[in-house]
Amino acid sequence: MKINSLSDFFVTGDPLIYGADVAIGLTMVAVVLVLTLFKRWGWLWREWLTTVDHKRIGIMYVIASLLMLFRGGMDALLMRTQLAMPNMEFLKPDHYNAIFTTHGVIMILFMAMPLMFGLFNLVVPLQIGARDVAFPFLNSLSFWLFFMGAMLFNLSFVIGGSPDAGWLSYPPLSEKMFSPGVGQDFYIWGIQISGIGSLMTGINFIVTILKMRAPGMKLMKMPMFSWSVLSSCLTIILAFPILTVTLALLFIDRYFGAHFFTLDGGGNPMMYINLIWMWGHPEVYIVILPAFGIFSEVVATFSRKKLFGYKSMVFALMSISLFSFFTWAHHFFTMGSGADVNAFFALTTMLIAIPTGVKVFNWLFTMFRGKITFESPMLWTMGFIPCFVVGGMTGVLLSVAPADFQFHNSYFLIAHFHQVLIGGVAFGYFSGLYYWWPKVFGFKLNEKIGRYAFWFWNIGFYVCFMPQYVLGLMGMTRRVSTYGWDSGWWEWNFVSTIGGFLMGIGFLFQVWQILHSIKFMERVSGDPWNARTLEWSIPSPAPAYNFATIPHVRERDDWWATKERKAQGLPEEPRAPLEPIHMPKNSGIPIIMSACWFVAGFGLVFDWLWLAIPGFIGIAASMLAHSFNYNTDYYIPVDEIERTEAAAGRVV
Amino acid sequence: MKWKGTYRRIAAFMTMVLTTVLLAGCSDVVVLNPKGSIGQQQMDLILISTVLCLIVVVPVLVLTFWIAWRYRKRDKNQAAYQPNWDHSTKLETIWWGIPIIIIAVLAVITVQYTYKLEPSKPIEHEAEPIVIQVTSLDWKWMFLYPEQGIATVNYLKFPANRPVRFELTSDAPMNSFWIPQLGGQIYTMSGMAMKLNLIADEPGEYKGAGANFSGKDFGQMNFVATATSDADFEKWVADVKKSYPALTKEGYVELAKPGTSLVRSFSSFPKGLFNDIVMKYQVDGSGHHHGGGSEAASGAKEEGVKTASGAQGASDRDMSAMAGHDMSAKTDQGMTSHNHNG
Repeated sequence: MKINSLSDFFVTGDPLIYGADVAIGLTMVAVVLVLTLFKRWGWLWREWLTTVDHKRIGIMYVIASLLMLFRGGMDALLMRTQLAMPNMEFLKPDHYNAIFTTHGVIMILFMAMPLMFGLFNLVVPLQIGARDVAFPFLNSLSFWLFFMGAMLFNLSFVIGGSPDAGWLSYPPLSEKMFSPGVGQDFYIWGIQISGIGSLMTGINFIVTILKMRAPGMKLMKMPMFSWSVLSSCLTIILAFPILTVTLALLFIDRYFGAHFFTLDGGGNPMMYINLIWMWGHPEVYIVILPAFGIFSEVVATFSRKKLFGYKSMVFALMSISLFSFFTWAHHFFTMGSGADVNAFFALTTMLIAIPTGVKVFNWLFTMFRGKITFESPMLWTMGFIPCFVVGGMTGVLLSVAPADFQFHNSYFLIAHFHQVLIGGVAFGYFSGLYYWWPKVFGFKLNEKIGRYAFWFWNIGFYVCFMPQYVLGLMGMTRRVSTYGWDSGWWEWNFVSTIGGFLMGIGFLFQVWQILHSIKFMERVSGDPWNARTLEWSIPSPAPAYNFATIPHVRERDDWWATKERKAQGLPEEPRAPLEPIHMPKNSGIPIIMSACWFVAGFGLVFDWLWLAIPGFIGIAASMLAHSFNYNTDYYIPVDEIERTEAAAGRVV
Repeated sequence: MKWKGTYRRIAAFMTMVLTTVLLAGCSDVVVLNPKGSIGQQQMDLILISTVLCLIVVVPVLVLTFWIAWRYRKRDKNQAAYQPNWDHSTKLETIWWGIPIIIIAVLAVITVQYTYKLEPSKPIEHEAEPIVIQVTSLDWKWMFLYPEQGIATVNYLKFPANRPVRFELTSDAPMNSFWIPQLGGQIYTMSGMAMKLNLIADEPGEYKGAGANFSGKDFGQMNFVATATSDADFEKWVADVKKSYPALTKEGYVELAKPGTSLVRSFSSFPKGLFNDIVMKYQVDGSGHHHGGGSEAASGAKEEGVKTASGAQGASDRDMSAMAGHDMSAKTDQGMTSHNHNG
C-alpha cells in the first residue's frame, strides 16, 4: 500500500481512538519506566520472556487473555451503548462495523483460545504427573506466536484501520474489491500467525497426554479435564489446518489478484463460507470441551464425591469432538442448498445435543448424594448449568432447519451463542481459574469479592441476553448499527445494555479481587480444596520440576485415594530415591522468531516487501539457530531438590 | 406459612408483569405473529420444538436446584452421602434414552418440515403465483416485476392471497432477504438465482430487512412489503406505469453504485435485466468477467441526472424516517477496479 500521508498510516479522525492512543502510549511509557527504574529488564527476559516452563507460559497466557477480555469487553460495551437508544449517533456505521468485527475475533481467538491454552499449560502436566509438556521449546514458540499474532491484529486499531467485514470475514465483502484497506490483511496475518501457534499447542498436548502420563495412569484412569484437553486438541489438529488454508486462499485473492472467492472470474464466495465453518464449528467445540472438563473436576471436588458416569463422560467428549466436524452447514441453512443437505445437517446438529445432555445429567448425579459446598469454582459451575441448559435448548431450536430461516442472522442467534459462550466457556474458564489459582500462585482469591463478581456477571448475563432472544423474534437483525423509534425495539435494547454494563462491573470486581488478594496474600497448602487429582499432591505453587519423584498411579482419583489410605492409617507408599531431574533450558529463540513473524506479517499487510523479506529471513535464521543448538537441557541436582522440597515444608 | 403466601404473591405479580409485557409486545414480536402460511408453519415448528425441548429442560432445571439445595453440606441433618457411588447402568440408560427419544421425535418432525418448507418449493394454491425478481445492491433492494414490467427500489407490493415467487440474486456482497411475518429468509448471492415462495394471507404492511451484513450501510436496507387487494395492486401497477420514469441500463448502473436510496418506482426496466445480473458473474456468461466496473463509470455520467430526478418524484409513501439519505453514490469503494495494484 502506498502511504501518502501520516493519516493514511495512523487511524485518525475519531476522538475515541485518540483517547485510546493516549492511553496505550501512557501505559507503554509506564511499563518501560517501571522496568527500568526497578532494574527488572534482565529478570523479565530470563525468568519470563525466554521461559520454557509450562507453568510460567500458562501464567503469561492468562495475563494476555485477561487483557484481551478487557479489549473485547470494551468493544462490547461500546456496541451496547450505541444500541441503547434508537437513532444514536455515538458510533458511525463503519466504526460500529469495525467494533463488532474486532469484538468477535478477539473474544474467540485472542481471549477464549489463550485462556484455554493457559489452563492447559497450568494444569495438564501437573494433573498427569509429568514434569513438563512433551515439547517445551515448541510450547514457548506457540505462546509467542499467539502473542505476536494478537498484537498484530490489535495494532490495526491505531495503524491502518481495523477490519470491518465481520468476525469470519465473509467474501466477497472481505475481498480487495469491497475492502481495499489494510484492515482485512491485519485480520488474515494476525490470525494466521497465532493459528500456527494454536496448531502446535494441539500437537504438543496430544503428545504430552498420550506419552507422558505417570506410570500406572491408564487412559481410563486419567482425570476428566485431561480427557477434555485431549478431545479438544484432537479437534484442533484436524480443524486449524482448514482455517490456515482458507485464510491463505483469501490472502492469495487479495494479494495476487486470484479468484478463489471473488465475485468475478469464476470465484465462489460460498466455498469460503463452507470452509471457514468447517473450521468455525469445530472451533466452538474446541473451546467448550475443556470447560466441560473443568466442570467435571470442580463438581466432583466440591461434592466430595467421585465423578458420576466416567465412561459415559469420556464417550460423550469424544463423540462431541467427532460430530463437531459434521455440522458446519447449520450456519447457513438459508444458503438454499436444498432440503436434502439441510435435513442432513439439522440431524447431525441435533445428535450433538444427546452427549451434551448426558454430561449435564452426570454432573447432576455427581452432586446427588454428595456433600456440596459452594466456593467460587462451584458457584460458577452452578451458574453454568442452568445457563448452558437453556442455551443448549435454543441451540436445538436453531438446528431445526426450516425454523432457522426465521432465527438466522437475528438477535435470537446472537443471544444463543453468547449464552453458550459466556454461560459455557467463560463461566467454565472462570471456574477453572478460581479452582487452580491457589495451585498456580500459592494463595487463594478473596471469596467475598468473588461472590460480588459472580452475581454481577450472572445477573448481568440474563439481563443482557434474554431480551436479545425477544429482539430476534421481533425481527432485529444482527450487526445493525442503529434502529428507529418505530421499530419497537428500544426498551429491550435498553435493558440489554444495562445487562452488558452489569457484566462490566462484574469484571471490575474480578480485577479488584485479584489486586486485593495479592495485597492481603492468604498462603495456602498444596491441597486447599481437599481435591482429588495429582496436581493437589504437590506444593503450591509447584516447584520448577513439578514432582520430586514421579508418582505411581493406582486409582482414578489417585490423590483422594492416597488421602483415604492415610486416614485409615495404612502405610504410605515407599518413595523412590531422588535422582537428578532432567530439565529443558530457557531459550530466547521463540520470542525472537515470533517477533520476526510479526515483522513479516506487518510487511505483508502493507505490501512492503522490504520489511517482509527480512522478517522471513529472520524466521529462517531462528530455525537454523535452534537446529544447531545442542545446549538445550540441564539437570537439577539432588541437593537442590531436597532444599526446594524442604522449603515447601515437605519431607523427602 | 407466612412465607408461602409471600412467595405466591411474588409469583402472581411476576406472572402479571410477564403477561402484560408479552401481550403489549405481541404484535411487535413479528416471528410469532405470522400473516402467511409459510410463516405460520415456521411458527408452528418453533412452538413444537420449544415444547419438546422444555420436556427435558424444565425437569433438569428443577433437578439442578433441588439437588444443590438438598445435598449441600450441613452441620446437622446431612442428607445421604455416598462418596464412592459413581455408576448406575440403569440411571445412565435413562438419561441416554430420554434425549435420544426427544431428539428422534424432533428429527422426524424436522425432516418432514424441511421438505415441506423448502423455500424453492412452489406453494400449492388456486391462484397463479406472481413473480418478483429481487436484487440486493450496495445498500438497497431492487425489485423487478417481469410480468407487470415495472420496477421498485426499497419497497414492494403484491396481492394478498396469491403466492409470490421471489427470484433472488445479488449485484454486491451477499445479503439475505427476510420478511419475518411472511416467512423465513434466503441468501441473495451473485451469479445465482435463488427461489423463495411466500404468501400473505391478508392485506397489510410487513417489515422486511436485509439480514446479512454486506458492508457499511447494510443497516439501511429495510423495506416495507405491502400486501394489497387484487384491485389495489392493479391500480398501483397502472399508476407506476403512468407516473414514473423508466429504469434504463445506465440508470441501473448508477443505482447499483454503493450508497443508500429512498424508495423509488420505475415504469419499466431493460428486458432481461435480472438474467443479465445473474449471468454477469458466471464465467461462461455474457462476458462481464470483471464486474463491469469501467462500463459502470462511463454510463453513470450521462444518466446520473435523470435517475436522480426520478428519485424525487418517486416518494409515494412517508419517507421522513429515511430523510437525510441522499442518492449520492459512494465511489471510493474500489468499484472501478478490483485489481490489487489499483
